[in-house]
Amino acid sequence: MSALMLDLPALLQVAADPQQQPNFWPWFIATAVKLLVFFTLYMVVVAYSTLAERKISAWIQGRHGPNRVGPRGYFQPLADGVKNFMKEETLPPHVNKALFLLAPALAFMPAMVTWAVIPFGASWASPWGRIDMVLADLPVGFLFTLAISSLGVYGIVLAGWGSNNKYALLGGLRSSAQMVSYEIAMGMSLIPVLLLAGNVTLRTIVNQQAEMHMWNVLTLSIAFVTFLISAFAETNRLPFDLPEAESELVAGYHTEYSAMKFSLFMIAEYANMVTQSAMIATLFFGGWDIPFMTADNTGAVSGLLVLLSVLIMVAKIFFFVFFYMWIRWTLPRFRYDQLMSLGWKFLLPIALAYIVVVASLTLGLDAMGIKRGFVFGGIFLAVNAVILFTLFSLFDRGRVVSPAYGRLSEDEVARLRAVTAARANLSTQAGD
Amino acid sequence: MPNFFYQLHFYLFGLIAIASALAFVTRKSPVAAALWLVNTMFSLAALYVMMEAHFIGVIQVLVYAGAIMVVFLFVVMLLNLGHPDELSDLRGTWGRLAAGLIGLALLAQVMALSRSPAPTSLVQSDFARAESMQGLNAVGAVAKPLFSDNLLAFELTSVLLLVAIVGAIVLGKRRASA
Repeated sequence: MSALMLDLPALLQVAADPQQQPNFWPWFIATAVKLLVFFTLYMVVVAYSTLAERKISAWIQGRHGPNRVGPRGYFQPLADGVKNFMKEETLPPHVNKALFLLAPALAFMPAMVTWAVIPFGASWASPWGRIDMVLADLPVGFLFTLAISSLGVYGIVLAGWGSNNKYALLGGLRSSAQMVSYEIAMGMSLIPVLLLAGNVTLRTIVNQQAEMHMWNVLTLSIAFVTFLISAFAETNRLPFDLPEAESELVAGYHTEYSAMKFSLFMIAEYANMVTQSAMIATLFFGGWDIPFMTADNTGAVSGLLVLLSVLIMVAKIFFFVFFYMWIRWTLPRFRYDQLMSLGWKFLLPIALAYIVVVASLTLGLDAMGIKRGFVFGGIFLAVNAVILFTLFSLFDRGRVVSPAYGRLSEDEVARLRAVTAARANLSTQAGD
Repeated sequence: MPNFFYQLHFYLFGLIAIASALAFVTRKSPVAAALWLVNTMFSLAALYVMMEAHFIGVIQVLVYAGAIMVVFLFVVMLLNLGHPDELSDLRGTWGRLAAGLIGLALLAQVMALSRSPAPTSLVQSDFARAESMQGLNAVGAVAKPLFSDNLLAFELTSVLLLVAIVGAIVLGKRRASA
């Protein structure tokens, strides 16, 4: 049992080489500290992102937003928390009790668990050895995030089914169809990232972007666009919030929930948003890598650089959280058939074709002996610019991207005019 | 010490897997059964990860728990099958007897298989496995043999799956038009 005793002298022993993994106890304490700090900060960020959403929506709509609780409304999340705890918890008599209680927890957990593998800073060359700024450096980290995010749907589906309510059930059905459709597009849009990195650990993906001196958003723009759209659909945020669609389904899957259980769904939504923002930052925007600087990419580095890299990551995450809110208060909701056709008829074929393009380009450049570096990235950038321009000009012509309010092409307008003219003729004849 | 933790987790996940599998076949509500099956998949994934097969473990969760079971749930919810009591496939004494016999036969088969030595072509020495994990990565160690030594079987399987998908669509369409 002596191995379990806290051996203080060994604990304080200074490692010979700060680039090596530390001993068991320093590693254990570092992990515990990381978990605690991380969990606390994450929950605070999630709570305050609800305030941020209300402030940003107010700003976009020319209102003031919450400004009564504390200075300029900064204590609003605390007041919301107290309110949710004090409210009455209702348990409708017709619900499936086990699933009804399980669903909110299942909705929240995946967002939290995904964070375990996302690297949020450069490794720290501490006196006790190299401490990685990631909770668990899995060899299959990237696939782990996909697997866990695919489980997020269970919370919503079970809430919908367990509530035994027609609106909730419709919300749950929509959610499962939507998640399965967009998960495929999401997975396919991420294969180019793996092709370029050549590995499935998130650390390799961050390092590869630093090595190319170019973020993946530039070298793999199409993958970024398809991933961004699928990520919005996966988090059920507007314009993809059909599972709750308040104008059609009351509140969708959480119609029957009240007080803290309802609040848990809200927390899950915001937690998912923060997690997806971190994924976007890691996969396409260089992760924690400090731009225009190579000192942070040389193994374990000093504490100051680690702090700077963490701050860079946090800034990127905040930007994408803001981006999510910006989109929500800008675009209206999709119609259900539009949602499905966007996922299956556009995103999936585009992502599949893009895999072929990236694979053949990588193979060609490797065969020509071009090293992964600035030239390699430059060629990718040029190819992407051409494809992106072609795609967007193609889609912007008519009503392909957004059937609801897209600009119509000229033949389309002519055809519509012909139809209305024929109708006008009919009605005048009928009037005679 | 690590051995103790390994044993503990092996029995923990093994027990969860077996208990969930039993619950899966005995629940009468389709949704509850599907959820127990998800639980079984999870414990199996944990066992794979304990055998250092990280990739297989993650794929187990991603494909089975994340995709296939969601589709199952979707269908179960959409059909909204009637009373669970009327849904049982087991009817009458003969049905139960046949089911029991088939179960016993499968159990005997598993026992026999687990006692006979595994084919040498499937057994990899610890050293070779460590080397392949080192040289390739977690995915490469699976992909390399799949796309080189077993390419023919892999392609045949993909054709088989394609045929099944096309068949499903043809059958579904025919019923809709009739």
